[in-house]
Amino acid sequence: MTGTGERPTDEHALAAAAARVLKFTLDGRELTARPGQSVGAALTDAGVRSWRHTRRGGRPRGLFCGIGICYDCLITADGVPNLRACLLPVVDGMRLTTSAPAKTPPAYDALAR
Amino acid sequence: MSGQHSSAAEQTVFDVAVVGAGPAGLGAAAAAARAGVRVVLIDAGHQLGGQYWRHPDESTTDPTRLAGYRDWGEFLALRERILRHCQTGAAVHLASTHVWFVEPPAAGGGRQSWTLHLMPGGPPSRETPPRTVCAERLILCPGAYDRQLPIPGWDLPGVMAAGGVQALLKGHHTLSGRRAVVAGTGPFLLPVAQQLARHGVDVLAVCEANGLARWMRHMPVVARTPAKVSEAATYARSLARARIPYRTATVLTRVDPDASGTQVGAVELARVGPGGLVEKARQRLEVDLVALGWGFTPSLELINAVGAQTRIDADQSLVAVVDDDQQSTVPGVFIAGEATGVGGAMLALAGGELAGIVAAEAGHLERARVRALRREIGRLRAFAAAMHDAHPVPARWPQWLTAETLVCRCEEVAYATLGNAITELGANDARTLKLLTRCAMGWCQGHVCGYASASLAAGGQGRALTADDLRPLAKQFPCAPVPLAHLAGE
Amino acid sequence: MQAPGSNGRSAAAPRGADVVVIGAGAVGAACAYFLASKGFAVHVLERGGVAAGSSSAGEGNVLVSDKVAGYELDLALYSRATWSEELAEYADRWEFEAKGGLVVAASAAAGRALLELAAGQRQRGVDARDVDPVAIGDFEPHIRAGLAAAVHYPQDAQVQPMLLTANLLKLARERGALVSTGANVVGFDLRPEAGGRRVVGVRTSQGTVSCGHVVNAGGPWAGAIAAMAGVELPIMPRRGFVLVTEPLPPTINHKVYAGEYVASTQSENLGLEVSAVVEGTQSGTVLIGSSREHVGFEAAMSLPALRAIANAAVALFPRLAGARVLRSYAGFRPYSPDHLPVIGSDARVAGLWHAGGHEGAGIGLSVGTGKLISQALAGEVTDIDLEPFSPARFAAAASASA
Ligand SMILES: Cc1cc2nc3c(=O)[nH]c(=O)nc-3n(C[C@H](O)[C@H](O)[C@H](O)COP(=O)(O)OP(=O)(O)OC[C@H]3O[C@@H](n4cnc5c(N)ncnc54)[C@H](O)[C@@H]3O)c2cc1C
Ligand code: FES
Repeated sequence: MTGTGERPTDEHALAAAAARVLKFTLDGRELTARPGQSVGAALTDAGVRSWRHTRRGGRPRGLFCGIGICYDCLITADGVPNLRACLLPVVDGMRLTTSAPAKTPPAYDALAR
Repeated sequence: MSGQHSSAAEQTVFDVAVVGAGPAGLGAAAAAARAGVRVVLIDAGHQLGGQYWRHPDESTTDPTRLAGYRDWGEFLALRERILRHCQTGAAVHLASTHVWFVEPPAAGGGRQSWTLHLMPGGPPSRETPPRTVCAERLILCPGAYDRQLPIPGWDLPGVMAAGGVQALLKGHHTLSGRRAVVAGTGPFLLPVAQQLARHGVDVLAVCEANGLARWMRHMPVVARTPAKVSEAATYARSLARARIPYRTATVLTRVDPDASGTQVGAVELARVGPGGLVEKARQRLEVDLVALGWGFTPSLELINAVGAQTRIDADQSLVAVVDDDQQSTVPGVFIAGEATGVGGAMLALAGGELAGIVAAEAGHLERARVRALRREIGRLRAFAAAMHDAHPVPARWPQWLTAETLVCRCEEVAYATLGNAITELGANDARTLKLLTRCAMGWCQGHVCGYASASLAAGGQGRALTADDLRPLAKQFPCAPVPLAHLAGE
Repeated sequence: MQAPGSNGRSAAAPRGADVVVIGAGAVGAACAYFLASKGFAVHVLERGGVAAGSSSAGEGNVLVSDKVAGYELDLALYSRATWSEELAEYADRWEFEAKGGLVVAASAAAGRALLELAAGQRQRGVDARDVDPVAIGDFEPHIRAGLAAAVHYPQDAQVQPMLLTANLLKLARERGALVSTGANVVGFDLRPEAGGRRVVGVRTSQGTVSCGHVVNAGGPWAGAIAAMAGVELPIMPRRGFVLVTEPLPPTINHKVYAGEYVASTQSENLGLEVSAVVEGTQSGTVLIGSSREHVGFEAAMSLPALRAIANAAVALFPRLAGARVLRSYAGFRPYSPDHLPVIGSDARVAGLWHAGGHEGAGIGLSVGTGKLISQALAGEVTDIDLEPFSPARFAAAASASA
């Protein structure tokens, strides 16, 4: 939470942190990210440009504003729907899905806590 | 809630709460803390810097070693000061934290401080912020985001806000495409094109909707801001070096999909002729990235939440009214940065520092500094006014829309639907238009489509855009989406 | 009164009308539509835009379930029939959806009260079906467990109030009515006549409109409009907040609310009253109400009220706990002290009519009200006796208590 919290200061620690490779999946497909990357950045690096379809027209959507304003880039991460890919950091083992399970209300309980 | 830090913050009544950790907020927090008052700095981002000083994650990249970031020395110095204040306990930084509601001091005695209601914005693994913090005075520095206008095909993946393209570069070194066109209006298009080119992206053109002749009227003002002149010269040189054509009086009239139909494949350009009408001749460029920006729209939810008065600025943005001390019309609330008028990082920084000094009640101790800041603000404001005059949104922008063009991306409201509401259902103001069509009622609550729909409502009546057209589209409650259970107080 | 349609449509004579309707909310629009349909030259005067007042700040439920057996319920049933019969062909224009209502009760006592209420409503003609508590989940899979009782009301429906108002006005215009927005009514031209005064014109910020009749459809501002004619009308604003969630996949099938809501609509309490009222909309968002407070026209968001609404909603639908609230809005219900609307002519000023004070039901009751006003103004026998809704009842009540 705080900007003052412990974070690696010496170069080795930083280099080690930067060298880590985070693994995540998109609809089961295995992808990798650099530490600190947002889901939106990691997907863009992987060549994925859209991961959602609109409610009415079924139009593909991905990143647009890139800074958390437009909500075009909504994605389901580990079962929690409607998260902004541009702000959400990738964590190791994260499971992303391109559409929330239709017809049933989302598993919000995870979010509510 | 976890962490002693959080509960301690919750019990303290801070002298000053600063919301936003971009140039204005950093300037404000550093100045107030220097004056010896207790400061809490709140920002949705997980590290300091805001949009302008966005940079890679500090857990992997030492910010002091970054190169190629603008005004970076200023940022590092401010960051250092704030981290020091946090270490001594003079300041508290709440990162990844959204303010979703601002509660005023109780009327007629009782609790005299403002209460900010907070919500964690980061991943669940990070420490959660306190539910509320209290402060005697507020400095709101919420920044701005790219203003957009609809274009046929602008909702195809691969079309992005210019600021978003830049954010991916600055924050992640991520390229949003390989062959790009940058379009819209204003000086901000230049750094975006420059940074793309520097990262190896083929930038086919920068399309500036306006001619540059309007700058000629403002030469005296320009002469008083030499830093801006040399900045422009630097961009011009680097565009020339990268052989990027800078096309003035040129707009994108259409974005077409590629063969897959699911992303950008090409754009169509046209020159803007006399009377603001686009000429018939069109040029096609095959691209996989379109970066769009038409100036900026200040974030006003916090300003509206405290009930501060707003006005329409020269660039047709709704902005907060402030006095010479950055004081808003609400006692105890200061506002700095783009929310007081779009004008760039150095203006924001100066306004923030001034607000920090005055909010810390240190103005009488720092008279010379206050005078210098006011002068600096005046100079940069004059430059901003010139910039707004030179780069207006083309009055006739709706001419390139088709009936099917989506004006509202979230609710998928087409131009024809808005037209029908205006001509058939009597929508002659922005609020009615919104409520009849759902335009601006989607996830983003009109942040993206608000300016366009307000302009269409005014244009439908043959009126120029006014503050009253924009106000109904500026968000009020909640300031950020808040889970029902959090609102309930669970 | 001029014979309907006798002297040409108002469009040809913009400064004179058979009937001026003040207020372009749902009620004013319905009055305009039915009056124009009868051939009256109608001129609607609205100071803001279309549905600038309460009609754009509510939820658009068309309910019979929340009305205790009595005159208001009769009006609700009459209105409900108007929606699905006379206005059936326009249903899509205002997204009319007969989704049905489900009223639930948590405690045994509240359950008994609910079943009793339903029994009374059935006698008055309402389709109210008691639901076996174990079967509540079949109606609403995500509702909390352990409810004591529930009643299903198939007649409960929903409309989109903005589209309703705008389209009724469009239909009225097609029948010759004039609609002036941005026309603030500031006073009346009154002419003395035997036994009192008669209204002959309405003064506005855009000029004066002469007329034979005036229908005051000023919503929560109806009292202020009446005062311009020198008469008292005890209609007050009663604030309510609505929370709107992010768009969700279909989660809630009916209009669902706790039985306590009915008590809250009927209460005299001047403080904050809150009960859970939850429903999905065609756009996927969930609308959550409702609060009732007498705080004048104070529109600032009040955290205690919003918190209480959120709490009640999560208690009813635990699944909504994490759903994010995207926006909230405040509206003012036109409250009448005896919870009955005011519909009919004002004996104190000839030519002055009132159509208002529907509190939290003015969308649902709008079309019935408009139709009855048009009949009364045309001198016909009204489909429902308007006596219980007469403005005169307040004077009678005042003198009785004096
Ligand atoms: C939170 C909330 C939820 C609700 N939910 C529902 C629901 O689900 N179902 C339901 O049926 N009802 C509901 N209601 C109630 C409903 O909104 C009202 O009963 C209804 O809108 C009243 O309509 P009206 O036309 O009488 O008033 P209004 O819509 O307020 O119209 C009056 C009009 O008169 C205009 N006016 C006032 N003074 C002047 C003047 N001097 N000159 C010119 N014009 C003037 C105003 O601008 C306004 O447009 C709800 C209300 C609230 C607040
Ligand atoms: S684009 Fe219209 S609400 Fe988001």
